[in-house]
Amino acid sequence: MSDLIDDTGPGTNAPEFTVSEISGAVKKMIEGEFAHVRIRGEIGRVSRPRSGHVYLDLKDDRAVLSGVIWKGVAARLVTQPEEGLEVVATGRLTTFPGQSKYQIVIEDIAPAGIGALMAMLEKRKKALEAEGLFAADRKRPLPYLPEVIGVITSPSGAVIRDILHRLRERFPRKVLVWPVAVQGEKCAPEVARAIAGFNRLTPGGALPRPDLLIVARGGGSIEDLWGFNEEIVVRAAAASQIPLISAVGHETDTTLIDYAADRRAPTPSAAAELAVPVRMDLLAWADGQGGRLTHALTRAVALRGQRMKDLARALPRPAQLVESARQRLDYTGDRLGPALVATAQGRRVKLSQVSGSLRPAALRRLTADARRHLAERAGRLTRDMLQRDIARKRRELDTVLARLSRAGSVQTDAWRRRIDGLERMRQSLGYTETLKRGYAVVRGGGKVITTRSRAEAAPSLEIEFQDGRLAIGDAPKR
Amino acid sequence: MSEQKTVDEMTFEEAMAELERVVNQLERGDVPLEDSIKLYERGAALKKRCETKLKEAEEKVAAITLDAEGNPAGTTRIEGK
Repeated sequence: MSDLIDDTGPGTNAPEFTVSEISGAVKKMIEGEFAHVRIRGEIGRVSRPRSGHVYLDLKDDRAVLSGVIWKGVAARLVTQPEEGLEVVATGRLTTFPGQSKYQIVIEDIAPAGIGALMAMLEKRKKALEAEGLFAADRKRPLPYLPEVIGVITSPSGAVIRDILHRLRERFPRKVLVWPVAVQGEKCAPEVARAIAGFNRLTPGGALPRPDLLIVARGGGSIEDLWGFNEEIVVRAAAASQIPLISAVGHETDTTLIDYAADRRAPTPSAAAELAVPVRMDLLAWADGQGGRLTHALTRAVALRGQRMKDLARALPRPAQLVESARQRLDYTGDRLGPALVATAQGRRVKLSQVSGSLRPAALRRLTADARRHLAERAGRLTRDMLQRDIARKRRELDTVLARLSRAGSVQTDAWRRRIDGLERMRQSLGYTETLKRGYAVVRGGGKVITTRSRAEAAPSLEIEFQDGRLAIGDAPKR
Repeated sequence: MSEQKTVDEMTFEEAMAELERVVNQLERGDVPLEDSIKLYERGAALKKRCETKLKEAEEKVAAITLDAEGNPAGTTRIEGK
């Protein structure tokens, strides 16, 4: 029995799979079951490696689903995935057996409703605004009467027709239309390229550079207008050197290009109205100005003519102007001759007064005075005066001489008295005085002998007495 | 007549503004006669300039044709319907 019937435990009769087999089965089942799904979720982390494929997460509050957008698909997506955007992704589920993973291969992605789109728009607007792309000081004034208008829009359709129609009504101009797609994924890059392209043209060239641009599109859903919210379009509009009018959608639609444009027109027709003035009005205005000009000149001439007449009336007769002057001339003329005579006489009197004192007599008196003066001086300059002077000087000399001789005799008297004194002293001290008192001087051989021995020895002696000498012995005769 | 630009070089807008100024000045009537004649002549020239610019109301509509790179290659006339 046991040979016939396997002893089976619970579940053991289930078929056995390899890992690959089960992975393949899961893949087959998932891809079969979810070949086309729409999944709503918020985009999480987005990564864009160099390969060009886009990897992202779709998530809600409890789960996460990996997703991939292949390169070819990513390039033509209208809505590029942005983190935080609420989207509905369309695609198919697939598994990745090598890592036990499953993911969605996204074919299309669309914002999940207007709310999500508006939220993203707001976010983008804030970022661009922060860069200053919408600043009022970037706005250029529109030319009053542009020569060439560049229109960036679809070449077919009501929009270009409306614009051309309105332009023709108001003021026909040269218009260059740069055809672009106004919706879909090609819209943004083509519009951006057109704005930049118009800016690159040269003024007056084969393709003349417009001096005004209009970017226009008719009304549509927010998704239809989405291209005009794209960053490249906004940046191109902000960078445009040519003043730019945006006219996208209806009056209630606002796209980001409107903020970057120099002017926003509510409709394409309104853009044409902003672009050119009304020619007929201007012609009428010019006529009016011409009229005013002529009128003003006519009036200026007439006014002056009138004024001239008025003034002419007030003008006195020419003779009247001259009369009083003539009278003055006559009066003054009459006084001219006498005045000259009087002046001359006056001068003459003065001359004679002055020259009166300038006569030879006056000169003579002057010289006589001078001569008298000279004579006086010369008179005083006589010999007496000199002699008196000499005498006076001589007296002075005598006085000095007398003083000198007096001084000299006083001096000699003194000296004489001293000599007499000295002589008396010499005589009283000398031997001759002694001789008077009985002493004698003995000499022998001419010498005074004071001793007996010398006297004995002397051949002769001489004795001097008061009244003379007496020789003794063979004394030579004196 | 502070404007240095000759009348023939003026844009419509410049000629217009200048003409307005000339007319106002002339209408004030405080310009010497000699000058007012000059002003009148200048005004007439400006008006002529304006009218010339207004007569240049030529409609010419062309669509740009683009090459494969999307760069302008030429133009084709389009009918202004």
